[in-house]
Amino acid sequence: MAGLDPAIHVFVSEKQDVDARHKAGHDEIIQFSRLLNIGILSMALVLTEEQSMLRDSARGLISDKAPVSHLRQLRDGKDATGFSRELWKTFAEMGFAGLLIPENFGGSGLGCVEAGVVMEEIGRTLMPSPFLSTAVLAASALTRGGSEAQKAAHLPKISNGSLLAAFAIDEGAKHRPLQTKLQAVRSGNGFKLSGAKAFVVDGHTADLLIVAARSAGAAGERNGLTLFLVDPKAKGIAIERTAMVDSHNAARIEFANVEVNADQVLGEVDQGGALLEGLLNVGRGAVASEMVGLSEEVFGRTVIYLKERKQFGKLIGEFQALQHRAAELYIDIEITRAAVLKALQTLDGDFEKAGAAVAVAKARAGATATRAVQEGVQMHGGMGMTDQFDIGFFMKRARVCQELFGDANYHADQLARMKNY
Amino acid sequence: MSDLETFRRETRSWLEANCPPEMRRPMASESDTFWGGRNAKFSSEPQRVWFERMRDKGWTVPHWPKEYGGGGLDPEQAKIVRQEMAAIGARQPLTSFGISMLGPALLHYGTEAQKKAYLPDITAGKIRWCQGYSEPNAGSDLASLQTRAESDGDDFVITGQKIWTSYANHADWIFCLVRTDASAKKHDGISFILFDMTSKGVTTKPILLISGYSPFCETFFDGVRVPKSHVVGTVNRGWDVAKYLLQHERAMISGMGERGVGRPLGQVAADSVGTDDQGRLEDAMLRSQISTFEIDEAALSAAAERAVDLAKAGQSHPAFSSAMKYYGTELNKRRYEILMSAGGADALEWESERSRNGARPRAWLRTKANSIEGGTSEVMLGIVAKRILDLPGA
Repeated sequence: MAGLDPAIHVFVSEKQDVDARHKAGHDEIIQFSRLLNIGILSMALVLTEEQSMLRDSARGLISDKAPVSHLRQLRDGKDATGFSRELWKTFAEMGFAGLLIPENFGGSGLGCVEAGVVMEEIGRTLMPSPFLSTAVLAASALTRGGSEAQKAAHLPKISNGSLLAAFAIDEGAKHRPLQTKLQAVRSGNGFKLSGAKAFVVDGHTADLLIVAARSAGAAGERNGLTLFLVDPKAKGIAIERTAMVDSHNAARIEFANVEVNADQVLGEVDQGGALLEGLLNVGRGAVASEMVGLSEEVFGRTVIYLKERKQFGKLIGEFQALQHRAAELYIDIEITRAAVLKALQTLDGDFEKAGAAVAVAKARAGATATRAVQEGVQMHGGMGMTDQFDIGFFMKRARVCQELFGDANYHADQLARMKNY
Repeated sequence: MSDLETFRRETRSWLEANCPPEMRRPMASESDTFWGGRNAKFSSEPQRVWFERMRDKGWTVPHWPKEYGGGGLDPEQAKIVRQEMAAIGARQPLTSFGISMLGPALLHYGTEAQKKAYLPDITAGKIRWCQGYSEPNAGSDLASLQTRAESDGDDFVITGQKIWTSYANHADWIFCLVRTDASAKKHDGISFILFDMTSKGVTTKPILLISGYSPFCETFFDGVRVPKSHVVGTVNRGWDVAKYLLQHERAMISGMGERGVGRPLGQVAADSVGTDDQGRLEDAMLRSQISTFEIDEAALSAAAERAVDLAKAGQSHPAFSSAMKYYGTELNKRRYEILMSAGGADALEWESERSRNGARPRAWLRTKANSIEGGTSEVMLGIVAKRILDLPGA
C-alpha cells in the first residue's frame, strides 16, 4: 500500500475547482435519469473521495516532475530510453506501479477506475511512462491470466518498479487482434514463435514481452490464440525502436524460431482469445482516460487563449463563432468523460460484460480528442502550428491514442457487431 | 444499503403486480400519453388502471412530498423506482407540464397556500397546465416580452399575446410571464402568474405545423382579471422563477430522445435495407451512422446519470442543463434522420393506415422543434460559453 495511504501523499496538490462546479446542484438534473434510459449499476458515476485523493496525488507528482517540457527534453535530447527511469522509480514508491496488483504481490489491489484516474493525469502533461504497458496491461495480464508461479515471479517486481513489460499484439497498420498471424508451433515441451509485431509500446525497454500468437486456426478466428510470456533477450528476437510522431515509445519486434517453454504460456493454449480481449478492454479504458485528460488540458489552454488574445480590438473569445465551438467542445468532453467513467466502472464491476461500454468509451474518447486538438490548434492560429508551442504535442499524442487498441471506426464497427447489425 | 435493497425488491414486486402488460410496451402514438386535466380521457382501460394505481401510491411524482400527493421518496429511492420502471419498460402513468415545469418552481418559490392549492391537483392529474412564455417578438430574447399586467386593486388585468403555447387549447390553467413594470429594465419588470384558462378574455388558436399537427397555439389575453395572490415569488422578480423553471424544461426536453423508444435502430434498418451473410446491414454507410449514433446515445445516457450523481454530491453547475438540452435535442434530430433514411420510401407515407397515419414522418418533423423550443441550440451554446466557460462579451 506504499503511497496510497493518505499520510504518504506528499504531493497532494491544492484542490482546484477546475470545472467551476462550485455551486450546489439543482434537482432539475434529477429529471435527466427519469427520462433517459439509465444503467442499473448502482455505483455513483463520480469519483469517490479516495479516488479524488489519488487524482490529486498523481496530478501533484506529474505536473511537478513531468510537465510537457519533460517530454520536449526527452525528444530534443533523443533520449535512448524515452522516459525517465528515475521518475518511474518515484511512481513505484508512491504505489502507482502496483495499483492493479493484489496486495499479496506488493500492490494495492485497486481497479480500472483508479488506473484511469492516473492515465487521465498522464494525458494532461503527456508524460512518457511505462504506466500503460507495465502497470496496466502487464499487471492485468498476469493478475487475470497468470499461474501462481508466474504471478510470484513478476508481479512483485512490477510493483516495486524493477520490471518493465510490453504488450505485443498488433502486426499490421491497424488494430486487428483476431488477425494475429505470428505462429506458435509446438516443439518439444514448448513452442517456437515466428512472425513480427508492430506498434509495441515500450517494446525497446521491456524486460518481459507478452505476445499474442496463433497456435491453431486461421487468421480472423478467435479460437487458436495463445498468449506467451517471452524474454526479449531470447535467441531469435530482433527489436527495432520506432520513433513515433508523438515522441513516445514503440517498437517493431521480429521473432525467428524463438523457443518458449510450456510454463511461459499465459492462460490456456489456444484459448487465449477471451483473455486477450479482456486485457485489451482494460487497455482501451486506460487510453480513453488518457484522451479525456489530454482533451481537457488542450481545451483548458484554448479557453485561456480565447480570453487573452485580442484581434479587431476585441478578445477573440467575444466572437460568437468561437464561443459556440468552444461550448460544443466542452459539452463533448463532459459527455465523453461520463462514458469513460462508465466503462471503467463496468470493467471493475462486470468485467465480462464491459465490451459495449468500452467500445463506446474508446470511440467517443478518440473522436473527442481529435476534435479537441484540432480546435486547439485552429483557435491558437499560427501559434498553434509552431513547435515552440505545446499544443502540437497534444495533437500528435491524440493521433497515437486513437490508433492504440482500435480507433473510433474500429469500435463503432465492434459495437454494431455486438448489437447484431 | 440493505434498506435500499429491500426497497428495490418491494418496488419490483409492486410494479410487477400492478403495471398492466399493455403499459409495458413502447408507446405507439401520442394518444398513449396521458396528460390528465378536467377533460382528460383515457385511451384504454389499462391506461386508466395504471394511472390510478400509481396516483394512489403517490408515484405519479415519486419524489414530491406526500402532503402534495407525491411519494415522499428520497433521491435514492426515487432513482430505484425509475430504474425498476425502466427495467420492465413501464410507461409514465402521467405526463404533465405541472410535474416537469411548474411543480419544481412552486416547490422552490411558492407560498404554502399556493403549494396546497396547486400541487395535489397536479399529482392527481386533475389540472392540466400550459406555459405562457414566448411572444411573437420575444422568442430567444424572452425577457423582452410585452404582455401587460396592469394593477387594479387586488387584481392584475392582463392584456397581450403568447405564442407556441403547447397544448393551450387543452389546458386548464396557465403559468404565465407578464410585464408588471414597463419602466424597469427588461429583466426587472416581469412577474410569474397563474390563472385559469376559462377566465373571461382568454382565447386560443391552434397553429398548424409542418407535421400536420397543432401542438402549439397562439394565446390571446384581452383584459383577463387575475388576483394578485396568484403571483408566484415576488412581483417584478418573475425572471428568477422563469429561469429556474427553464432549467427544468430543458432537462425534460433533453430526455425526449428516449421517450417511447421502440425497436433498436439496427433492426428497423434491417427490415428495409437487408443484411449480408454475416448479419451486417447491406447499407454500410447507414450502419456506420447508426453505430456512431448509438455510441453518442450511450455516452449521453452516462452523462445524464453522472449529472444526477454530481447534483447529489453538490458538484453540478446550474447551467449544465443547457449543455444536456443542446446535446439531447441535436441527438434526437439525428435519430429521426436515421429512422427516415432507414425507412426509405415507406417512411414517406403520410396518410395510410399502414403507416399509422404517417406516424414516422410526422414524428421526424416534430423533432425539428426540439432544438428551438425551451431555448434554441444557439441560446444553449451561448449560456454554456458565458456561464460555464466564462467567455467574455454580452
